[in-house]
Amino acid sequence: MSNTKSYKRSFLVLILVLVLCFFANISLGSVSIPFKTIFESLIGTTDNYIIQNYRLPKAITAILVGSGLGISGLLMQTLFRNPLAGPFVLGITSGASLGVALVILGSSIFGGFLATFLLTKWSLVIAASLGSFLVLLLVLIVSSKVRDTMAILIIGLMFGSITAAIVSVLSYFSSAEQLQQYIFWGFGSLGDLDWEEVKVFTLIYSIGILFSILSIKGLNTLLLGENYAKSLGLNIKQSRLLIIIATSLLAGTITAFAGPIAFIGLAIPHVTRQVFNTSNHKILLPAVLLFGAIIMLICDSIAQLPNTDYMLPINAITSLFGAPIVVWLLVRQRKMVF
Amino acid sequence: MPETKQHIILKTKNLTIGYASKKEDTIVASNINISLKKGELIGLVGGNGIGKSTLLKTLTKVESPLSGSIIINEQSLDHYSNLELAKTLSLVLTEPIASKNLTVVELVALGRQPYTNWVGNLSETDSKIINQALKSTNIEDLKHKKCFELSDGQLQKVMIARALAQDTDLIILDEPTSHLDMYHKAYILKLLQKLAKDTGKTILFSSHEIDLAIQLCDSMIVMSKNKIVSDTPCHLIEKGAFTDLFPKDLIVFDEKTGSFRVKK
Repeated sequence: MSNTKSYKRSFLVLILVLVLCFFANISLGSVSIPFKTIFESLIGTTDNYIIQNYRLPKAITAILVGSGLGISGLLMQTLFRNPLAGPFVLGITSGASLGVALVILGSSIFGGFLATFLLTKWSLVIAASLGSFLVLLLVLIVSSKVRDTMAILIIGLMFGSITAAIVSVLSYFSSAEQLQQYIFWGFGSLGDLDWEEVKVFTLIYSIGILFSILSIKGLNTLLLGENYAKSLGLNIKQSRLLIIIATSLLAGTITAFAGPIAFIGLAIPHVTRQVFNTSNHKILLPAVLLFGAIIMLICDSIAQLPNTDYMLPINAITSLFGAPIVVWLLVRQRKMVF
Repeated sequence: MPETKQHIILKTKNLTIGYASKKEDTIVASNINISLKKGELIGLVGGNGIGKSTLLKTLTKVESPLSGSIIINEQSLDHYSNLELAKTLSLVLTEPIASKNLTVVELVALGRQPYTNWVGNLSETDSKIINQALKSTNIEDLKHKKCFELSDGQLQKVMIARALAQDTDLIILDEPTSHLDMYHKAYILKLLQKLAKDTGKTILFSSHEIDLAIQLCDSMIVMSKNKIVSDTPCHLIEKGAFTDLFPKDLIVFDEKTGSFRVKK
């Protein structure tokens, strides 16, 4: 078919752009490093501390975060048949925020043994993972009891507002310094990971991607709606579970390692659908992965304000630059592809 | 196995349909004994709220029967797995599909899902069956159109093609002619008649188009308050099955023309 051919070309272009963005992202930073040194340190002939231990892990994190969030957004939008769904509708961010809030803001209340725990570098990661895992577990338990997928969406939102309420109570009793630390976590950050963390991140990310790939057929069947999907022999509960687990693995680890990154998960699937003009997940899934990675790399390059010492919050950049692009795409096409 | 004209695809025995709840069961209809033969077009008619949808839902395993049994191809419906059932029975529902961004050929191809591998790749046989389905519903020229570009009548043909692509012995349609103009109502039912004859599939549909159904169906199931009868349209008229279908204050059944008339 002629379609497959043009898809192949689009994918080649996307991969090329990804590689370019990757190198651009590594080349740009507060210190300018000659291209020759960058190349040599990447293939390992020269050792450059900034490249190997700061910029490379950050670029990899950007790729994982962008693609992971894009894919989990795609899964949620299809599962809930709702263009407004994103990776966080299941209450994952709110759970993570609660965990982090308890560690940062709650330390004055709980004091003592928590203070020592706070000193380890994994503390925020663990707190965020535990928080999102617990909220997700609750959502899963409740959702196994309901028949309607839409109910899960509402349940996720309800858990979100409960945790938000607890966080605001905690904030009320916290010092300005603690609040600032919490707010900084909320900005999101790609640059705080060392190699050890990147390895753990990549491992869990890969499992999430694997689960997403296994859901492709189910996702396509769900495009007809649940009743048709069932009549086509799809095990709805099993597919739903697979999709939810994939999303939580991806969105959960991303939030744990990089904070609550806004916007990407909601926008990337829409951008991809507009550009590729298809709803077939066999095409969409890899396309969203590439788009997500590329856009996150670009956002990160902008956020670090090349050749200056300033670093903008990544969350501000994703929305500032991403939102107009989505608006432009929708206006240009005049019709939302969903 | 030699298949005779009398080969029975679906059979119910003393079926009671309704909704079970903790307190008490709500019985919608009971003592249903029908059998659907191979290659027949069967119309299911009855007034609003009489239980047509409940019957279809029960036959398609969406609702469980309160008592009695349903046998499809000599095997009880309870013993079918979701996937086995998907290869035996396909549906056309009244609800709109979730994503109208699919192209016609993509949507029809989804009918092959029960047969494709884990990622849903289409084999050559699959493509052949899809093309055949497009051809027999006369929608080949719409192949690459998006579903949101189609009219209601075209979309209904596409949904029927999707059910055909699922390649099942039995196709069940829930009110396939609602929302359509008079021409397309007749067109769709005529198409169903042709498909039943040409493909040997058994096609059961519910409808409010009683006059069209009388003209086109091989047999009909008439649901009224007290009983459910199933026979050929001619016999049903002779038995007066349509006379009791509705309250008699407004419309009456004219046995000569096989249609309802408004009382003057």
